[in-house]
Amino acid sequence: MNEAVIHLYRGGPLLALVGNPNCGKTALFNLLTGSRQKVANYAGVTVERKEGKFTTPAGKALRVLDLPGTYSLHPRSPDERVTHDVLYGRAIGERRPDLVVCVVDATNLRRSLRLVLAVKRLGLPCVVALNMVDLAQARGVTVDAEALTRELGVPVVHTVGVEGGGDAALRALLDETALWRRSSSVVAGIGGPPVHATGADHEAVRGILQRLGLDELIPHALSDRIDRVVLHPVIGPLLLAAVLFLIFQAVFAWASAPMDAIKAATEWLGATIGAILPDGWFKSLLVDGVIAGAGGVVVFLPQIVILFFFILVLEESGYLPRAAFLLDRLMGGVGLSGRSFIPLLSSFACAIPGIMASRSIANPRDRLVTIMIAPLMTCSARLPVYALLIGAFIPRRDLWGMLELQGLVLFGLYVAGIAGALAVAWILKRLTARAQVRTLMMELPSYHLPTLRNVGIGLWQRVAIFMKRVGGVILVLTILLWFLASFPAPPMGATGPAIEHSIAGILGRALAVVFAPIGFNWQISIALVPGLAAREVAVSALGTVYALSATGNDTAQALAPLIAQDWSLATALSLLAWYVFAPQCLSTLATVKRETGGWTMPFVMAGYLFALAYLASFVTFRVAWALGAAG
Amino acid sequence: MGIHVLSLVTEPMSLADAVLGEIFFVSHVVAPPGAPEWAQQLADIGFIAGERVALMARGVPGGDPLVVRVGLSTFALRLAEAACVHLASPDTETAR
Repeated sequence: MNEAVIHLYRGGPLLALVGNPNCGKTALFNLLTGSRQKVANYAGVTVERKEGKFTTPAGKALRVLDLPGTYSLHPRSPDERVTHDVLYGRAIGERRPDLVVCVVDATNLRRSLRLVLAVKRLGLPCVVALNMVDLAQARGVTVDAEALTRELGVPVVHTVGVEGGGDAALRALLDETALWRRSSSVVAGIGGPPVHATGADHEAVRGILQRLGLDELIPHALSDRIDRVVLHPVIGPLLLAAVLFLIFQAVFAWASAPMDAIKAATEWLGATIGAILPDGWFKSLLVDGVIAGAGGVVVFLPQIVILFFFILVLEESGYLPRAAFLLDRLMGGVGLSGRSFIPLLSSFACAIPGIMASRSIANPRDRLVTIMIAPLMTCSARLPVYALLIGAFIPRRDLWGMLELQGLVLFGLYVAGIAGALAVAWILKRLTARAQVRTLMMELPSYHLPTLRNVGIGLWQRVAIFMKRVGGVILVLTILLWFLASFPAPPMGATGPAIEHSIAGILGRALAVVFAPIGFNWQISIALVPGLAAREVAVSALGTVYALSATGNDTAQALAPLIAQDWSLATALSLLAWYVFAPQCLSTLATVKRETGGWTMPFVMAGYLFALAYLASFVTFRVAWALGAAG
Repeated sequence: MGIHVLSLVTEPMSLADAVLGEIFFVSHVVAPPGAPEWAQQLADIGFIAGERVALMARGVPGGDPLVVRVGLSTFALRLAEAACVHLASPDTETAR
């Protein structure tokens, strides 16, 4: 992920959006800033930092920070700690906001207003955005903004975060200059410990609501009706299984057409440029290195987009925490809680956002275990490797009339990853989780229809992060590999492919000694080296290695039959087993380092995953060999 | 508990033992010695004396975790967490 930080938009006063989780804060942020937002991390922690800019009707340019949602100013997770630190002006490298916008859920004023009272005590200029007034109205709750303004002593405006123009009143309010003056009268809490006034605040809020005639509790009847099905002891888990099955089905079924299109476009580009350019090292670099390498990675973009689309829709709708609730007991069996479910689900797209999502787990041990097993979830980067090997070695055959052998093998690889993760978690539970007190306290928010804007912006941010990765690390490594595989040129009169005389060839042969017991030849060994940076690169690396071994341009097409001829089935199965476990992703290890604050955990992770991968491959290779898969 | 019938009457009930769907009011929150931070955390999410609560659903298998309503919010709580929330009957609350 992008690690560049802090003050991405220069100048202009700084607003901070503060509110409870699920109060529609991020929707309001998206509405205010549109696409003008940057996502990075806060200094020293992998808490997502979202900053955007917008202008008021009078043309005043403002910066706005979307602070992580919190229930109070007593932080209990790294996320909430950031909100606390920024508001108190203690966050490293962050300026204290000039004005705080308290985003308040109009359908749940009791809880939201407590936070407003706590924020007010900070002494920062403060306004209240009464959000989701449309939903409140639909439930028959009308909140008088003026009366609430009088009660709270800070300006209150109505907003609707999910509706174009729903932020007009807030924008207009921010033009009032008097608003920005810091009041000198109230500065309680600054410098000292936070005031523990939850009970008193609660009483104050009750008083306010009573005077406004809003003290009646009207729960969201529709949410309760949906929950009777979703949380049903029998229907609930079945529904969850169906949802997960549908997602994985969609990831594979829907993605195949755009993936074929991307593959065709890459091949066409390679062939076209190959025809224009004169033969020589530059053409080889561009066609064999850059286009074949980057193209082999961009291919998974459709799968990543589809998986994240579903995760975002489930998140927006409010279903994800319910899924976590349903799985809590199951995860408890291996010493984790339902909270680990969301990070692990994200890890099926990519372990990096998965590991980052683990920050919502308050228990440090659970968080660490979740991080450690996240790479065992089959991420989309492994798919091209699996697809290549399965396509080349597993025959297309129907089993019992309804199942397809290739699909079944792929499913088996996913299951192997999950089983490995559960086993590791279970062992870690035995070793470390004795007498653990684990906190759940997880909100199940009211259901909402996901909006196109919020899902769209979320998807766009993930696509941008992925493309940056392709453009950066992966491209550089592909080029580097091409270089290693092309130089030095073979001596005059040498026989055999040129690559055997290159640095890569020599390196590959050395590595092949280590990997020979698990059935890898030198071509595989050399492809594993750049594959360390990112798994998917191994395919393009194999492509480059074999392309430079032979003379053809169309590596992607030729690779499958080539390896089918060159490798034994035992070798292919061994490589598949290797990929289930191997820690081949430097970005993941870098994320783990940031997340755990040191090099110990990334080394432990790399070590145990390598050992597991080597063991799995060794067993697979030997068993397959013994069973006659040598040919 | 449950041996002396009398103790059932006088002992304050916790949210973990509440009847499904029935409305109660929070009397007070007591955190276990192993997790003193729970008191503040439960208060932060709304378990404050006098607040209306109800048990909405029990997880399967084993009746853990629970789904509870507090004020207008819905939370998933562990059995042990819900056991910290002591309840007052509706009558006591109206007498306040």
